[in-house]
Amino acid sequence: MIVFTIVGSFWLEIFLKVGVLKRIKRVILAVAPISFLFIAWDAYAIRSGHWRFDREQILGIFGPFCIPLEEYLFFIVVPIAAIMTIEAVRRVKKDWPV
Amino acid sequence: MSYTQLAIFAVLCAIIFDLYITEIRLMRRRVFWTSYAIIIAFQLLTNWWLTSRNIVMYDPNVITGIRIASAPVEDLLFGFALVLGVLSNWIRIGALKKRS
Repeated sequence: MIVFTIVGSFWLEIFLKVGVLKRIKRVILAVAPISFLFIAWDAYAIRSGHWRFDREQILGIFGPFCIPLEEYLFFIVVPIAAIMTIEAVRRVKKDWPV
Repeated sequence: MSYTQLAIFAVLCAIIFDLYITEIRLMRRRVFWTSYAIIIAFQLLTNWWLTSRNIVMYDPNVITGIRIASAPVEDLLFGFALVLGVLSNWIRIGALKKRS
């Protein structure tokens, strides 16, 4: 599903030239603090048993706080996909104020 | 706290963050809602995949039980908070750079 998200959004980088990955420093600054909070939430939710994962269907690699690797990738890939989406919309609709 | 409470709390935090902390006020912009409409379509698809195949499972005691595309409605709140938070922060950093 992460691959799907990458395929689904990163083509905007190439064809619409949104240039998000070229501004990687800004991406890190924008994503890191927010994703940090959500990873903390994820850690809490996993520990409290709010949600759990089928071990057969994940890679089985766990990072800090017993969070599966896929979850960490999720909190990197999904925000970047969202940024590419808004930049693509801005590129198509140049007259819309931000 | 239950997932429901946390999800509502996260949405409120994201809205306050956007309106009063970054002061970007993306919430009031057409560009945000258009982007969000695109994002939510893909989110529903990925949510459906991850929950219908039981890749992710939820404790029935911490959710309302209302499901959209097989995933708890709380996931949409969670996603909204994440997207609004990141995009508001992204635009804020962009605006800072333009000024300097």
